[in-house]
Amino acid sequence: MGSGTSTQHHFAFQNAEKAFKAAALIQRWYRRYMARLEMRRHCTWRIFQSIEYAGQQDQVKLHDFFSYLVDHFTPSSNHERDFLDRMFTEDRFPQDSEMEKFGDYESIEVPDNYTGPRLSFPLLPDHATALVEAFRLKQQLHARYVLNLLHETRKHLIQLPNINRVSTCYSEEITVCGDLHGQLDDLIFIFHKNGLPSPERAYVFNGDFVDRGKDSVEILMVLFAFMLVYPKEFHLNRGNHEDHLVNLRYGFTKEVMHKYKTHGKKILKILKDVFCWLPLATLVDEKVLILHGGVSDMTDLDLLAKLDRHKIVSTMRHKTRKENGKQVKKEEANQKSSAGRPTPWFLPQSRSLPASPLRLGSLQAHRAGRSSSIPCGAPRDAKELARQVRRSVDLELDRCRQQAGFPVSWGEEEASPCTPEADSGAQEPLEPTQEEWRQVVDILWSDPMAQEGCKANTVRGGGCYFGPNVTERLLQKYNLQFLIRSHECKPEGYEFCHSRKVLTIFSASNYYEVGSNRGAYVKLGPALTPYIVQYQANKVTHMLTMRQRISRVEESALRALREKLFAHSSDLLGEFKKHDADKTGLITLSDWAEAVESVLHLGLPWRMLRPQLVNSSTDNTLEYKSWLEDLAKEQLNRENIQSSLLETLYRNRSNLETIFRIIDSDHSDHVKARFQGHLSDIGHFSFFWCTR
Amino acid sequence: MADDKEREGPDITVAEFHKKIKDAFEVFDHEANNTVDVREIGTIIRSLGCCPSEGELHDLIAEVEEEEPTGYIRFEKFLPVMTEVLLERRYRPIPEDILLRAFEVLDPSKRGFLLKEELIKYMTEEGEPFSQEEMEEMLSAAIDPESNSVHYKDYIAMMVIDES
Repeated sequence: MGSGTSTQHHFAFQNAEKAFKAAALIQRWYRRYMARLEMRRHCTWRIFQSIEYAGQQDQVKLHDFFSYLVDHFTPSSNHERDFLDRMFTEDRFPQDSEMEKFGDYESIEVPDNYTGPRLSFPLLPDHATALVEAFRLKQQLHARYVLNLLHETRKHLIQLPNINRVSTCYSEEITVCGDLHGQLDDLIFIFHKNGLPSPERAYVFNGDFVDRGKDSVEILMVLFAFMLVYPKEFHLNRGNHEDHLVNLRYGFTKEVMHKYKTHGKKILKILKDVFCWLPLATLVDEKVLILHGGVSDMTDLDLLAKLDRHKIVSTMRHKTRKENGKQVKKEEANQKSSAGRPTPWFLPQSRSLPASPLRLGSLQAHRAGRSSSIPCGAPRDAKELARQVRRSVDLELDRCRQQAGFPVSWGEEEASPCTPEADSGAQEPLEPTQEEWRQVVDILWSDPMAQEGCKANTVRGGGCYFGPNVTERLLQKYNLQFLIRSHECKPEGYEFCHSRKVLTIFSASNYYEVGSNRGAYVKLGPALTPYIVQYQANKVTHMLTMRQRISRVEESALRALREKLFAHSSDLLGEFKKHDADKTGLITLSDWAEAVESVLHLGLPWRMLRPQLVNSSTDNTLEYKSWLEDLAKEQLNRENIQSSLLETLYRNRSNLETIFRIIDSDHSDHVKARFQGHLSDIGHFSFFWCTR
Repeated sequence: MADDKEREGPDITVAEFHKKIKDAFEVFDHEANNTVDVREIGTIIRSLGCCPSEGELHDLIAEVEEEEPTGYIRFEKFLPVMTEVLLERRYRPIPEDILLRAFEVLDPSKRGFLLKEELIKYMTEEGEPFSQEEMEEMLSAAIDPESNSVHYKDYIAMMVIDES
C-alpha cells in the first residue's frame, strides 16, 4: 500500500477516465454529425416534394387557363373554330365506330426484319412472360401488336365493374403494388422477387403506371397482357396519371410519340379510351379497399359503383362549352354556390394565388356542406373582383363578337350564345354529373393527413386531405378493415397512418433520384394481415454509405432548387431590392430567406438550406446581385439566349411543352419551329400569360 | 451553421434565433400543428449548431416536455428554452483539434489509427455507448476495409469537409 501503488491506481484511474471522456467526446461529435445528415435528408425530401406538387398545381392552373379560353374566346373563323374544337372538345369519348377505326391494326404490316416480341390473340401466359423477358432485353413491341393488345384490353375492361371484387379463397395471397411511374426495372424486380402472376398469385396494381419514368409503354404492355391472361387474378386500378391530359405534361405522351413515330397518335387515342375504362377501385374479401389516392368525407361507394366511369375522361377540370354555358348561368344566379369559381389568376388585376402550399393550417377552406375537392384558394372578396374582371372581359368580347358579326348580348345571364358545334354529326353525349366527377376526383387525388377533418387539397390542386375520423367513418359505414392507397412517395416505400387503418404503398424506388427512396409492395393472405416487402432497384445504392447516398440525392434536389431560383431571378431581384432601401447592394441572410419564400411559395425551411445555396459570408450579409449572377452562370453555360428570356422559358418550360403538345396537331416537332415565326392567337395568350 | 456575429442589438438576435428555430422545428412538424415527436428533438437541437451530450439532451427534453409526457413536444415550450440555449451559446461544437486529441487518447501508442475492434469496444462500452445501428453506420464510413482500421486523422478531415 505504498505511494507507488496508489499512484499506479491513480494513473490507471486517470487513464480510464480519460478514455471514457475521449469516447464520450467522439460520440457526442458523431451524433451531431448524424443529426445534421438527418436534417439534410428531410430538407432534401421537402425540396423534391414541394417542387413536384407545385408542378401539379401548375398543371391545374394551366388547365384553368384553357378552360377560361374556351369559355370566353369566340372564334372568328371556321379555321379557328375547328382548331378550338379539336383542342378542347375532344374530351367527348369516341363512339364505337370511331374506336374501331383507331384500333385498326390489321392493316399495319410488321416488317420481316422485326426481331421484337410477337403477340397473337387470345394471349397465353407464355406470351406475357415472353413480353417481360423481351422488355428486359430492351426490345420494343411493334405498333401493330401494341394496338392489337390495347384493342383487346379495351374489350376486356368494358366488362369490368367500377369496383373489382377479389377473394383470397381463390388465390391464397394477393400482392398489391403502388405507383410505378414508368420504372420498368422496379416491375421486373417485383416479378423476379415475388413471382410472376398466376392463378395462385393474384396482383393488384394501384394506378400511376405511367409518366415520369422512361418505360411507361412497356409497363402498360406487361400489365395489360397479364390482365388478359389472368383476368380473375390480375387487377388494375386507375390512378390520376391514367389521364391523357396529365400525360401531356408528365412525359407519357412524349414517350409514346418518340417510340412510335408513325402510329403514336393512334396509340394515344385508343389509350385515352382505355384509361377511362380502368376500374376505380378493388375490394378484397369485402374488407380491404384499394384505391389510388384516398377518400373524402363525401365518398359514396354505392355511387362510385354505379356511375358510368367511362364518362370521366379526365380528372382535370374541364367541361364542354355547351355544358359550361349552363354552368355559368347557374353560378351567376345562385349566390350560394359553394366554392365559387376561383378568380382567373392569370388576369392582371387578380392576385389570388393560393397561399404557400405547405402551410395547411392557415388555409380556410369554404366547404358549404360539400366535400371541398374543388381547389378553392381564392379569398372571399375575390368573387367581387372576379365579377368585375369578367364584366370587363365580357365587354371586350362583345366588341369582338360584334366585329365577327355575331349578335351582342348583355348581362351575365347569357353565356356565349352560339356557336353551332363544329361537327354537327355527333350527338352531344352524356357528361358526368358534378357529383360523379367529384367522387372520382376525390378517390384519385386525395391524401391522408394527421388532423381530423377534411379539407381541400390545394397542394395538388384536386381532391382533399382526409383525417383519421374520415377514414374511421368510411370503414365503419362499409364494414371495412383498412384502406390501401398509393399516390405519395414515401422514403421507405410504404407508410401506415390513421392508426394503421391506412397503408400507403409506393413501388417506384429511387423515384426522385438514385438513392432517394425504397419501393415496396404488400402481400395479403386470408387473414388480411399486411406483409410488406421493400427493395431498391439499383445495386449501386447498397454500396454507398448513408452519407454518400444522402449527398447524391441532396445534390440533385439542390440543382433542381437552384434552377427554380434562377427561373425567378427577376422577381427575386425585385424582392431583394425591397429589403435594401439604402441601395447598398447587400441584404441580411434573414432577409434573403424571407424574400425567397415570398417569391417561390414552396414552404421550404430556407434557413436550414441556406448554407447549401449561399456561399457563407463572413458577416451575415449577401451581395444579392452577384448571387443571382452566379445562379445564372450555372444555368446559362452553353446557351446563347438572353438571360431574361431563358429565365422565362425555364420558369414555364413544363407549361410551354404542354401547350406545344396540345397545339401540335400531329404531335411532331415541327410546331416548335413554326411557333417562333408565327404566333397564333393562342400563342399570344400563352406568351402574355408566361411573361406577365 | 456558421456562428452568427451578434448584430445591432439583442432584440434582433433573438428575432433571428426565433426564425431559425422555427424553420428547424417545422421540418419535423409533420402534422402542421406545431408539435414534433420527442425523438426528433435531438436532431433539431443539433442541426441548430449545438452539440450536447446525450445526458445534456435528456435534461433539455425534460425542460420542454409536458408535465405528463405525451411523446410530443410543443413549439411554444421549445422556443423559449432553445432561444436561451442559443443566446448562452451552450453546447458549443467540438473543434477539430480537440477531436483529434480524443482519438489520440484512445491510441496511446500513436499509431495513427484504431483497429476496428478497438473502435467498436470504445464506442459501445465507454462514454455514452452507441447503439448497434450507430456503430454500424460509423464503421461503414470510417473503416478502411483493406486494413480493417480507421485512420482517424483522415476520417476527421473527410467528415469536416462534408459539413461545410
